This record gives sequence, C-alpha cells and structure tokens, in this order.
Amino acid sequence: MSGSWALPVILALPLAGALLLLLLPEVGDAIAHVVGLVVTGSVVVGVLALFGSFDIGRAGRPQLELDGDWIPAIGVRFHLGVDGISLPLVGLAALLFLLCMVHLLRHMPEPVRPRALIGLLLLLETGVLATFMALDLIVFFIAFEVVLLPMYFVIALWGGERRQHAATKFILFTLLGSVVMLVGFLVVGTHAGTFDLVELAGRRGAGMPRGVQDAAAALMILGLAVKTPVWPLHTWLPDAHTEAPTVGSVLLAGVLLKMGTYGLVRLVLPVVPQGAHDLAPALAGFAVIGIVWGSLVCLVQRDMKRLIAYSSVGHMGFVVLGIASLTTIGVQAALLANIAHGLITGLLFFLVGALKERHHSSEIAVVGEGMLGQTPYLGSLLVFAGVASLGLPGLAGFWGEALALFGAWRPAGGLPAVWFQLLVCLACLGAIITAAYFLDLLRRTAFGPVPSARRLRPVGEARVSELVAWTPLVVATVVIGLYPRIVLGLGEAAVRGVLGVSA
Amino acid sequence: MSSAAWLLPAIPFAAALLGALPACRTRPRAAAIALTGATTTALVALLLLPSALDDPTRVRLDRLLIAPAGALQVLAGTRFDSLAAVVAVMVGVVALAVQVYSVGYLHDDLRYPSYAAQVSLFTSAMLLVVVASDLLELLVGWEVMGLCSYLLIGHYRELDYARRAAVKAFLVTRIGDVGMLLGVAVLGTAAGTTDIGELLAAVPRLPHGALVAGSLLLLLGVAGKSAQFPLHVWLPDAMAGPTPISALIHAATMVAAGVYLVARLHPLFLASTVTLDVLALMAAVTMLLGALAAFAQDDLKRLLAWSTTSQLAYMLGALAAGGYDAGLLHLMVHASAKALLFLAAGLVLHAVHTGALSQMRGVARRMPVAALALIVGGLTLAGLPPFAGAWSKDSVLAAMKSAAGGSGPGPDQFEGVLLYLAGLATVLITAAYVARLLLILLAPPAPRGDLHEPRLSMAQSVTALTVTCGVSTFLALPDALPSWLPAPAGAREGIELSVGGVTLTAIGVLAVFAALWLYSHAGARDPVLLLGSSQRRLRSGFGVDALYDRGAVRPTRSVAAAVAETDASAINHAVEGIGRSAVRTSSSLRVVGAGRVRSYLAALIAGVLLVVVSVAVVV
Repeated sequence: MSGSWALPVILALPLAGALLLLLLPEVGDAIAHVVGLVVTGSVVVGVLALFGSFDIGRAGRPQLELDGDWIPAIGVRFHLGVDGISLPLVGLAALLFLLCMVHLLRHMPEPVRPRALIGLLLLLETGVLATFMALDLIVFFIAFEVVLLPMYFVIALWGGERRQHAATKFILFTLLGSVVMLVGFLVVGTHAGTFDLVELAGRRGAGMPRGVQDAAAALMILGLAVKTPVWPLHTWLPDAHTEAPTVGSVLLAGVLLKMGTYGLVRLVLPVVPQGAHDLAPALAGFAVIGIVWGSLVCLVQRDMKRLIAYSSVGHMGFVVLGIASLTTIGVQAALLANIAHGLITGLLFFLVGALKERHHSSEIAVVGEGMLGQTPYLGSLLVFAGVASLGLPGLAGFWGEALALFGAWRPAGGLPAVWFQLLVCLACLGAIITAAYFLDLLRRTAFGPVPSARRLRPVGEARVSELVAWTPLVVATVVIGLYPRIVLGLGEAAVRGVLGVSA
Repeated sequence: MSSAAWLLPAIPFAAALLGALPACRTRPRAAAIALTGATTTALVALLLLPSALDDPTRVRLDRLLIAPAGALQVLAGTRFDSLAAVVAVMVGVVALAVQVYSVGYLHDDLRYPSYAAQVSLFTSAMLLVVVASDLLELLVGWEVMGLCSYLLIGHYRELDYARRAAVKAFLVTRIGDVGMLLGVAVLGTAAGTTDIGELLAAVPRLPHGALVAGSLLLLLGVAGKSAQFPLHVWLPDAMAGPTPISALIHAATMVAAGVYLVARLHPLFLASTVTLDVLALMAAVTMLLGALAAFAQDDLKRLLAWSTTSQLAYMLGALAAGGYDAGLLHLMVHASAKALLFLAAGLVLHAVHTGALSQMRGVARRMPVAALALIVGGLTLAGLPPFAGAWSKDSVLAAMKSAAGGSGPGPDQFEGVLLYLAGLATVLITAAYVARLLLILLAPPAPRGDLHEPRLSMAQSVTALTVTCGVSTFLALPDALPSWLPAPAGAREGIELSVGGVTLTAIGVLAVFAALWLYSHAGARDPVLLLGSSQRRLRSGFGVDALYDRGAVRPTRSVAAAVAETDASAINHAVEGIGRSAVRTSSSLRVVGAGRVRSYLAALIAGVLLVVVSVAVVV
C-alpha cells in the first residue's frame, strides 16, 4: 500500500459506526442517534479537510490516492482517490447523510428501531463514499453492491404499505443491473489485463478492438442506466421512492441515483471511449424520451412522492443527455446537474416527508390547499424547492440543464449533430412541461384558501429540527445558482481528462 | 466607476432579503426597508446617469468568471452604457412610485411585508436584466422577474382566478424563456461566447443559419415577456394582481424587458431580415389585436392591459423597422404614461371597489387627482400634441414608413408596408379606446354616494408621476434622446419627426375623439355599443385562449394520461417480466412470490459470487 490514508480513514468512520451499533444490541438504541450524528458529522469534517487539502491546480488528476495490491491473482488493486469529478459528489453525499441523521433525531419512521436504521444508513454511507472514491473496477463494483442491501432493508422495513413489493423491485432491478455491469467490467478486465481505472483511463481504450469496446460499453451503460435511471428502466424508482421512508427517498434521489451517472463519466467515457462514442446517440435518445416521458407522467400524477420521483427521471435525463454529448461542457453540466438535483430533490423529499407525516398521506388532494396561509415556512420552502426544481435561473438547477443543452446542441465530433439538435428541442419541450406540473402542484398545495376543516385542526408548522436539516440545502441551492463556478471549476480539468481533450 | 452599476440590482436585492427576514415582517419595518431600498436605487440610477451620458458611446464592463465550462466561459458582470443608464432611471423611478403608492394601497393587507419584499426582488431582477453583460446572466434576471410576477399576480391567493392567472403568466412566459434559452445556446455555441459585447462583435462572422435560428428563438422569449402575439395571453389575466403591480409589470419592468433585449441586441436582429420580418408581422398583429380588444373591454384594468400589448408592439415594430431611438423613446414615454394610468386606475378602483367600467360613470369628476392623471396619461397614450406621446408615436411611424418605403434597415418591403398600415390604423383605434375611457370616467353627472378617499401616499405618487409624465417628457426627450442613445451601426440614426406627420396624426386623433363624443351623446352612452354583437369576440381577444385550450392544453393532458397509463402497465410489466424470467433462469429456483424475497436475494448474490469466482479461477 502506498499513498495517503485520508480516504480510508473517512470510509472507516461510518463502517466503524455501523459495526459498533450492530455489536451493541443492548445499549445500541439509546446511543444510536448520537453515534449517527457524531459519525456523519466527523465524515463532513473529514470531507471539508479533503476540500482543504485538495489541489485545485491539479483537479484533473486523482489526489490523496491510496494504491496497493488486493487480489493479485486477478489483478485487483485497492485503489482509492478523488479528483474534481468525484470530490463534489463526496461532499454532497457527506452533507446529505448528516442532514438525514439530524432529521431522524425527531422523526423516526415506524417501526422505530434506531439502532438498526442508523446502522444500515452508516453502512450505506460507507458504500456510497467508496463508490465515489474507487479507482479500480472491482472496488467500484463491490462498493456499488454494498449500497444495495442497506437500502433494500431501509425500504422493506421502514417503508409504507406496499414496501415489500417496492423493495423487491428495487433489489431485483439494481442487482440485475449490477450483474450486467460486472460482466462489462470483466470484458474490459480480461482484454486489458487490469481493472485499475487510472491505468485504463490512461490507455483510452487502446488495445481493445471496437467490437469489444462496444460490447463492454453496452453492458456497463445498461447496468448503470438502471441505477440512474434511464427510460425505460426507471419503473423501480417511483415505487421505491413512494414507499421508502423520508431518509430513504432523500438518499435515493440525492445520492444513489448519482452513482449511475457518475459511473457513466468515470467508467464508460475514459475506459471504452470508442464504445461510448458508438452508443452515445442511442443513450441520448433514451435520455430525452425519459425527460418528456417523466414530465408527462408528472402532469397527471396525484401523489406528491411519485410526482417527485418521476420528475427525477426527467432531471436525470438532462444529466445523461449532457454526458452523451461527449463534450466538456456537456459532461461538466451533467456533473453540476447531478449536484443540483441532489440538493433540490433532497429538499423536496424532506418537505414531502414532512407533509406525509402531518397528513398521513402524500396525495395532493389530501395535503390540500392553503399551505402558505397556514404554514408559511413549509409553504414558502415548497415554492422555493418547486421553482428550483423547474430550473429557475439563479438557482442551482438552472446551470446544469442549460449547459447540458449547450453541450448537446453541438455534440462531440463524429456524433450526428442533427439528431442531437432534434433531441435538444424535445428536451426543451420537457422543460416546459416540467414548469407546468410544478406550477400546478404549487397552485393546488401552497396557494389557495386554507380549507375550513383545517382551520379548526391546524397543521403543524415546520419545526426547528426540520429547518436545521433543510437550511443547508436551501443555502447551497442559492449559492451554486449564483456562483456555479464552485462546482464547474472543480470539474473542468478532470472532465477534459476523461474525454481525452486537451485544454 | 463601472463597478457602481452593480449597486443597481444589489440594493433592491438586499432590500428583498432583509424584508424576507422574520424580524422584519411587521408593516412599518417592511415599508421602511422597501422605501429605503427603492429610494436608494432610484438615487443611484440618477447619480450614474450623467457620467454615462457624458460619453454615450463608452461601455463600462466589469466582469467575473462564474461558469467555466469547457468551450464556454461565462463571465457575469455589468455592462453599463447610456442605454442601461437611461433605462435604469426609468425602472428606478417607476419602482419608487409603485413602492410609495403600495404603502397606501395595501394599507389593510396583512401580506404587505412579503409583497413589498417581492416588489424589491422584482426591481432587482429587472435591473439585473438592464446591467447584465452576459445573456445567461440576463436570463437569471429575466426569469426571476417571471417568478416575482407569478408571486405578485397570485397575491390574492385565495382567489382561484388569481392563482390561475399567476400560473398562466409564469407558464406562458416560460414557454418563451425556454425558447430564448435555446436561442442563447444556438448563438452561444456558434459564437463560442454568451457575452453580449463579444456576441455582437461576432455577428458578422456567425453562420447565417445559426444567426437566423438563434435570433428567432430569442424572439420567442421577447414575445413571452413583452406579451406579443402568440404569447400575449397571460397579460390581460395578470390584472388579477394588486393594481400597483399592474403598474410595475406594465410600465417599467417585465414587459419592457423584451423591448430592452431587442434594443440591446439590435445589431444581431438587424443582421437577419427573416427575423425582422417575423418581428414586424408579430408587432403588426399584436398592435391591432391589442387595440381592438382594449376598446371592447368591460374592465378598466383589462382595457389598460390590452392597450399595453398594443403599445409594446409599437416599440417592437419600430425596432423591427430599424428605428432604435424611436422604439426606445416610445418605451420611456409609454412607461411613464402607463404607470400613471394604472396608479390612477388604482385610485378609481379604490374608490368604487370594482373594476367594471359600467360602475365608474363620472367617478373621476369627483377625484381631481385621478382625473388630471387620467387626462395627462390618456392623451399621452393617444398621442395628442403637445404630450410626449405625439412625438414618440410619430417617430415610430416615421421609422415604419421608411421601412415601408424599402429604404434602410428593416424587414422586407411587404412586411414593412403591413407594419406601417397597422401602425396607422392603431393610432385611430388607440384614440378610440382612450376617448371611451375618458368619456366614461369624466362624463357628467358625477355619481352621488360615498367614495373611498385615496390614501395620501397614493395621491402623492400619482401626482408626482403626473408631473413627470406631463412635464419631463414634454418636448425635451425627443431632442435629447438620440444624442444620449446613439443608434448602433446599421440602425436608423436619430428620430425623424415631421410637422406634417404630427399634424395629421393629431387631426386623426381629434376626429376620433369628436366622433365618439357625438356618438355617445357626450358620454351618456358607452361607445362600445358601436361594436354590436362583435364586442364579445373582441373582448375575449378573438378567442385565442379558447383555441390554445382546445389545441394545446387538453391534447397535452390526454397524452399525459395515456403516457402515465402506459408507464404503469405496459412498460412496468414488460420490464418486471424480463426481470422475473431472468431471475428464474439464472437462479434455477422455482418461482417464488414477492414475499420470499430472501430466496431471490440469496440466488442473486450466489449468482454474482459465482461469476466473480469463476472469472477469478479462469483468469
């Protein structure tokens, strides 16, 4: 092993926390919240230290690397590192896990069992962070898998009425996706003789014939597309989101989906560039179908949780469209849109979770009108999150989607420009429908008179514990919206690297 | 010096932020913050004006890299020149008048604090549009304004029609904005920059296709914001908001932004004749449509709203004809006249508690402040000398006439002729609806009964605007403006005024006034009766709303329902089915129900491990 131990230490924190809670069945419930907060808080501190020691001048290369043999027989290396692409995602994940722990302090879903839930979430955090830090295909795969089981149990045990069905669907889809992705990794590994991502990215597919690249790219994209999700592999998502407890939905949308798009950028683009190039037009096509499709479904959606889940299909469609343009601007836009979606949709799921807790339903009709009148904080935050999600310029959601359109309007050389331009026009249509359904949602919930029944039995306003968990998301949405350079600047050099273009 | 331009959007933004704080949500504090913000903003705009006018060709840039994205490096900042300086003064003054007026108008409204903060944010967004140096940055102000209009139109949020009007305003303008974003993308990728100055410099070397497509798409955004056909439908409904908001939206902000953008990027538009043709046709249609619909309205504010779409079409028509200064002069003149008319209308509404014209007969006879304001604003709008509207309208018509003659910049001659004819016809129709408005409000006898007295701040701001409208734009502007705002290369220089033109227009306007006065028996009969059975059709704006509902809204909903259905059944089942059969074959387990998840899991994990191990062994 050689290199910095900073990353493994950060990974060890939540893992140790999870083990601690598992090993202490007696006292675990009592200290679970403390452990959860301390651990996720320390991870945030650790990640801030990462940002501090990160050399922005060399953001294009992995830093704080740790590299050593792991399974020499098949050439697997324990290789971790962060660059300008992964660091923002590590930051986003660390933040969201901490906020989820804050949220759980006062809002434990049924059946309570804090030791189990917090232990699982800490295990989940380990997997998520490791996914973003992995620089070896097999390490990436293992981390990717580590995420699945905790999330499965979170949905299956703390979910809503149809939690079993949703959890099964979730695990089926994502596991099958992973298997397909793994086969892709093996194709790459057997042809290249290494699983090391830095090594593979450096070769840029040299030595892999076009057919092999296409096959490997197809397998990897298929696997990652399940996670993202790309239409038509998205159908697990609405069920999982609807049934999952609030923290589950927040983490699914905020972090887990990003693993799919991150994988596209980290694995597919640099490792099998020819394959990525061959499949990009089709991938972009599916992405844009997802944008239009998701927004149309939202237009007639009656449940807020499902609505936000389908809106994610549309938003992630913009991310994938940006990636499929294979341009620096498009991929950078995708990474920014990733972060923005994590913040904004995370906030939306927190808000809808709060509404569900109060109304015991997330049906729009049950939640009802007049939130601004009776619960001005909840109502204003919903309006804020809604207009942020529809891509209001000046907030984080705008830049990623706008720049993705820039990238796709003039895709990388060799890609069919007219096809991409057609797709951009369709994506714009989706953006308009997105505005339509969010405004309709706000009209039917935030605005309007307070129903007379509710005047007698008031709905609780946002509590301090809730506001504490939500405020960082609001602030980050505004700051990134006004100064997107924070994220874009980090990613620029690294994105050039994965695309193999010089500055 | 240039960095001071930042203060223009920053001050009202700070006022909005402060006003949103829980501690500042009492009426006196909210009013103090809003008024201080608006006053300071107007003062800064005035202070920045002289140095900008000293050397009108000078552009002060102050930029900062905010979005480094590969081939596109977005530098946001301020681009301050005489155009920005003059428009900023207009925005600052009208916003101040609106804030002062609102203190009285919303005296009994519990939501005044958030209202005042939203107006501050609105002002900030408009000023960001004015000083923005980059199109993506401009788009931020552009759409935040859309958001604020949404919130303010929906101020009376308990009312269903107000909520619907708010959504409609946001959504219709958003359609234009998405088109505009695409236009910025087309131009930005072609030129490699979204900076306004660099983009204008790049116009000569842009590929023709990108130039035409990009400028046409920008036009979509202009149509949305400036309420031009076919995206004009939001504006009449937007009257659901409080009256001072109507003054703000219709005079100096929001709708003015579209005209401002065309002026800002005038060389870009002038480089594409196709775009000018479309702009000219759009303006010609909107001009007539708006004026006819205005004449047929039963509601005072809706009359003024339709009049706004029609007048904005004059400005855009002038710009299409290459008349840079003519269009901007009309923008300023209309801004002061319309703000005045709306605030005066607010006095009337406040007094009689209804917007229905039929209930307002003679009301203004008992309201001297409102009456004077209505006369000054109305005659300015109608373009009767010596009010400033006469000069601005005539210079607009002169530019259109030159375009119709096929000389200089502008659309093709055919479109130019149509535009000019529409412009001439609209002069008469405008005179007709102004005459109708004044006849109804000023006709004897004055009604008896109680009238709500206007609050002091309302009367003050109306009086101040009456003076502004009546005096400062009086003769002074037409001469000064061309020297302040030098037309960009390719546009028509200065303002063409002819004594003959002004006289003819004046005679036409007076003839219409006289005809309607006689027809209505000095105001006893509503001139709208002239329209007979076609009034309903005109009042609804020729049924465009219903057409959109049938042609776009309902079909989209049907498609959406079908898609949702397909998503729930076909796709879901297909994918689930594939998933299940894959599990069956790969795991060689018997079919298990959903309850026996662990078997699935065990099988899958075993399968995964098997693959890994076998590969490890083989390799």
